[in-house]
Amino acid sequence: MAILVIAEHDNAALKAATLNTVAAAGKVGGEVHVLVAGSGCAAAAQAAAQLAGVAKVKLAEAPHYADQTAENLAALVVANASGYTHILAPATTFGKNLLPRVAALLDVAQISEICGVESPDTFVRPIYAGNALATVKSSDPVKVITVRTTAFDACGQGNAAPVEAIAACPDLGLTQLVGRELTKSERPELGAAKVIVSGGRGLASGENYHKLLEPLADKLNAALGASRAAVDAGFVPNDYQVGQTGKVVAPQLYLAIGISGAIQHLAGMKDSKVIVAINKDPDAPIFAVADYGLVGDLFQIVPELTAAL
Amino acid sequence: MKVLVPVKRVIDYNVKVRVKADQSGVELAGVKMALNPFDEIAVEEGVRLKEAGIAAEVVAVSCGATVCQEQLRTALALGADRAILVETDAAQAETLQSLAVAKLLKAVCDKEQPQLVILGKQAIDDDANQTGQMLAALLGWPQATFASKVSVADGKAQVTREIDGGLETLSIRLPAIVTTDLRLNEPRYATLPNIMKAKKKPMDVLKPAELGVDIAPRLTTLKVAEPPKRQAGVKVADVAELVAKLKNEAKVI
Repeated sequence: MAILVIAEHDNAALKAATLNTVAAAGKVGGEVHVLVAGSGCAAAAQAAAQLAGVAKVKLAEAPHYADQTAENLAALVVANASGYTHILAPATTFGKNLLPRVAALLDVAQISEICGVESPDTFVRPIYAGNALATVKSSDPVKVITVRTTAFDACGQGNAAPVEAIAACPDLGLTQLVGRELTKSERPELGAAKVIVSGGRGLASGENYHKLLEPLADKLNAALGASRAAVDAGFVPNDYQVGQTGKVVAPQLYLAIGISGAIQHLAGMKDSKVIVAINKDPDAPIFAVADYGLVGDLFQIVPELTAAL
Repeated sequence: MKVLVPVKRVIDYNVKVRVKADQSGVELAGVKMALNPFDEIAVEEGVRLKEAGIAAEVVAVSCGATVCQEQLRTALALGADRAILVETDAAQAETLQSLAVAKLLKAVCDKEQPQLVILGKQAIDDDANQTGQMLAALLGWPQATFASKVSVADGKAQVTREIDGGLETLSIRLPAIVTTDLRLNEPRYATLPNIMKAKKKPMDVLKPAELGVDIAPRLTTLKVAEPPKRQAGVKVADVAELVAKLKNEAKVI
């Protein structure tokens, strides 16, 4: 058995999600190779070579891989798929965009967002916003899988696997990147943060969100998150969203502030170690999953909490 | 330009899903079904393109059992012009997986020759998030997934995508695949006159065998279980008690 992990990176550095994916590959068992495809991404390939459990890094460099578009990357993965029994990528927007395309080109199913490995062909994955866990067995010769990163601890480092350059495929010319508006933040990344301060509709405005939650997040060195309601209302950008269709997080501490707790939101955070809910409605569903609930006016409680830390 | 909008029948998003006692799946008997919310957004986007004079026709497609006609009628009531049901029997519908659906949709695309296919990014039942990307692969078309803005001009679509770090805008050549994210639009409600009109709109029925597609599943579901339940904790009286609990009991700060 040999497993190919598709690295997620921004050419300069590996994304943390790659480490969880390599860890999941380790659970499957077999020789793990990592594909780093990009442009000017040798540093990312070197970082991949240091990951524990990696036997080889394959590096494909070409200008048309710089933007990580699915069409060109999928063609490259398929051209290099021979000999692999498993192809894994993180279940991030990168992996979710890419791997179904790879699977269809290989004429195999794709198994989305696994949270457990039962055996090399049997996996556990959440369905219905995490309200059920399905155990599925694949009959395909190649298992193409995205990995829920919060379900696998990051792999270790300190390895020195060889990096082998591989040939690029021709540019398909189907897609062109026009631009990116990436949220710039000094805070920890939402997917990897130990503490998350998350706000919902109860904050009533974007101004309140920033005024109340940022000082609290500063004190806790926390990432900032939000419910769908807060994103839809324009309080914060889309990449703050935690939930079934947003990011899935599992920090040590999750503070849900002014969030009622729709099942779609709970799907994204209920694996957090400790959940704190602050809400004025004592019947809000968020209290059913919270370890510590505080009923009251968040406009009074949050500044008090910030001051007390 | 013709726009094709594939739609899926799923359990209504307001329903609390229950796992069957024998762990063979989730309870579907007597449960309210609906159009997958992301597909509703896809229909709305197609209809808006038509209202803007960009699309000439919006065709809704669904793959599954006869009952999927209900969701196609909903799509028609929202403004789709006609519908196609790729009909399977009820047992096949239960094991219809993304790859098989993508293959059926490819066959429909070969017949219909749309310039744009708009799909929901995921269905809220299996949360797979695959069909659009797979269809794009099978057709060899470009894809723009998780769209929050779509504009079409000069044989190209410019699509803003919601990605983990923020937003990304792609220019893709038509024909192409777009999958919808939550903030692409706010779907309209079907009005009663439009629901009545929808009953008279044409609906074709095709069979997978006519399309030459093998819909056998590749994945077998061994069991469906309840996730571990999280116990509700305690209510604290004030901030001081909360901080004390977090420090001394949970030890997370």
